[in-house]
Amino acid sequence: MANIISDETIEYVGILAKLELSQEEKEAAKSDMERMLDYIDTLNELDTAGVEPMSHVFPVHNVFREDVVTNGDGSEETLKNAPLRKEQSFKVPKTIG
Amino acid sequence: MAKQYETVIGLEVHVELATKTKIFCGCSTAFGGAPNTHTCPVCTGMPGSLPVLNKQVVEYAAAIGLATNCEITQVCKFDRKNYFYPDNPQNYQISQLYLPIARNGYVEIEVGSTKKKIRIHEMHMEEDAGKLVHDEWDDTSLVDFNRSGVPLVEIVSEPDMRSADEVMAYLEKLRLIIQYLGASDCKLQEGSMRADVNLSVREVGSDKFGTRTEMKNLNSFKAIARAIDGERQRQIDLLEAGRAVVQETRRWDDNKESSHAMRSKEDAQDYRYFPEPDLVPIVISDEWIAEIKARQPELRTEKLERYKKEFDIPQYDAEIITSSKHMADIFEAATAVCGKPKKVANWLMVETLRLLKERGQEPEDICFAPENLAKLIALTEAGTINSSVAKEVFEKIFDENIDPDKYVEEKGLKIENDEGALEQVLAKVIAENPQAVADYKGGKEKALGALVGQTMKAMKGKANPGLVNQKLREMLS
Repeated sequence: MANIISDETIEYVGILAKLELSQEEKEAAKSDMERMLDYIDTLNELDTAGVEPMSHVFPVHNVFREDVVTNGDGSEETLKNAPLRKEQSFKVPKTIG
Repeated sequence: MAKQYETVIGLEVHVELATKTKIFCGCSTAFGGAPNTHTCPVCTGMPGSLPVLNKQVVEYAAAIGLATNCEITQVCKFDRKNYFYPDNPQNYQISQLYLPIARNGYVEIEVGSTKKKIRIHEMHMEEDAGKLVHDEWDDTSLVDFNRSGVPLVEIVSEPDMRSADEVMAYLEKLRLIIQYLGASDCKLQEGSMRADVNLSVREVGSDKFGTRTEMKNLNSFKAIARAIDGERQRQIDLLEAGRAVVQETRRWDDNKESSHAMRSKEDAQDYRYFPEPDLVPIVISDEWIAEIKARQPELRTEKLERYKKEFDIPQYDAEIITSSKHMADIFEAATAVCGKPKKVANWLMVETLRLLKERGQEPEDICFAPENLAKLIALTEAGTINSSVAKEVFEKIFDENIDPDKYVEEKGLKIENDEGALEQVLAKVIAENPQAVADYKGGKEKALGALVGQTMKAMKGKANPGLVNQKLREMLS
């Protein structure tokens, strides 16, 4: 394997993803990521000069909706997902905007 | 000699688009609904939900891009910007990084008599986040997702501004262009237009940029001006003390007139953008661009020139009237009804501005029907009411949008054109004021004014002062 993921990188990625990983999980994630990067290296062997980057897997574009209100009061359905709620709002730990 | 510093400013301006629905779902964007009533699985990021782009967002964004001389990115797409924050239920914001809808534009500003181009680096479409409200009672935050998914464009300027005045002129220019396009109401106070200020200082003559800071939470033109002056001074003080400016985001507190560094969201700058897989690319054809261009309404600069030419309105008046799209609309509608553009301009420039100032309102708050102003002008032109009564009636129109024809009729405010009735009153006034009459006859011109005043009072202001004057002179000669 050509790519090596350092302990610092795994730590950093964990922080970004808000994940707390055990030592075994870290090791597993490291080897997964190394294999992914190796695969990218394989892809990089192809000459892609002059090939437009693909922005979507399906050859479709311009899928739009018209600007018409179709949804009514969704508050009860939405608030069903609230671990904590106060009246009509989600309640979360104090956050400074 | 003390070092001379130059301020270098670039702006990121967020504008909420005037669509009826959110950018990716059919929820309403109406302002002020009860918390979380305008939400659905899409705008609250529920797993399995799929966004579908609101076509009107592309139309507004492209219209703004074209009106600010940008190149439209004819194949553009969305990207995911990843971050965790309670106002963002998806844990990512759908935005544009790699192929923003518009690039390389500019607007022209004028400060004093100097014209200057402010370049626009790029403009992208994105979704707004929810709103966090601090709950004092149990020291928590409450989240309302009504605003989550409201469409925004972010307009990123080049660092081309050098003073608070230039920043104001640039914002004003953007506001007018976007308002005239009908793409947003651009109200800073309500948050439909927001500006983040990137600012650095450098010694005059240097061609290297200093370290910049980004300032947030600026919700009025005055706050922006104060924040720029405050941050400029703070950075100069640091440099003068031999210290370095730290690149950071600062939050402006307009009450304290100072800023403080925001708690850095841990490694927040690493957004790990990647192409949004749930949305397909947007192809904006030449034909579509041509259609959007063809629909472009008359913008402020053109309107101002037309008012001067077509209606012979002075530059200053035309500037004030066109400084608000709403006021310009009222001007045109009232003029179309009464055919007296100068009179309409005059009512807007004098009485309307006076009342707005007295009531602490903005031109956008004018709520009378233009037809009622036109009717008032017709009443004064026909000599049906005199000018002091007209002012009174106008105040009623301004506050309550009354119909002046009815109001004048009901309150009996018409000028008495019955000469017989006037003569009776005059005879009475002359009889009751022998001293003034004697003074006038003795050559004191001023005494006539007192008699006219008495007569007007007796007629409850409904007499024509010119006629009263003339009749009095006749009767006393």
